[in-house]
Amino acid sequence: MYLGKVIGRVVCTVKNDTLAAKKLLLVKRLPDGPCVVAIDAVGAGASETVYVCRGREAAFAFAGQEVPTEATIVAIVDEIQKAQ
Amino acid sequence: MILARIIGTVVATRKDPRLEGKKLLICRPVDPDGHDEKGYLVAVDTVHAGFREKVLVVQGSSARMASGCKDTPVDAAIVGIVDSVAQD
Repeated sequence: MYLGKVIGRVVCTVKNDTLAAKKLLLVKRLPDGPCVVAIDAVGAGASETVYVCRGREAAFAFAGQEVPTEATIVAIVDEIQKAQ
Repeated sequence: MILARIIGTVVATRKDPRLEGKKLLICRPVDPDGHDEKGYLVAVDTVHAGFREKVLVVQGSSARMASGCKDTPVDAAIVGIVDSVAQD
């Protein structure tokens, strides 16, 4: 899992039916990584710092559904504390 | 998932029987502004995407969860046709 920042939204009208009603957000990996499209499982919004789960486990955020995703936003970060 | 653009098709006559009837497309990853990035990948189409369209590609074992790809030897699937990308 890693931290990312929501930098945009992706709209797809034609999509696989397993992705119906899922919000697609553009997430940039922090501090300076690539952009990925992630499915939002927690209601994240613009410019928020989020926690992204990737890989096969990303689909576990949608229990009981089979969602084809390898990146899911599973938490919104309130605060980060770093050791000095 | 990544954004990509379709740049070609692949034809394979001899293939795993579970891939029969599936369309294989060559995709080039693009950034959110639509500029090409390095590399390419071959993905199975599940949404009837066409040449030069911007699409959403899911990679890895999660690709098998897309409808139409259950229990197939697939590690990249096209799961959406992108209408628009809005950046904050």
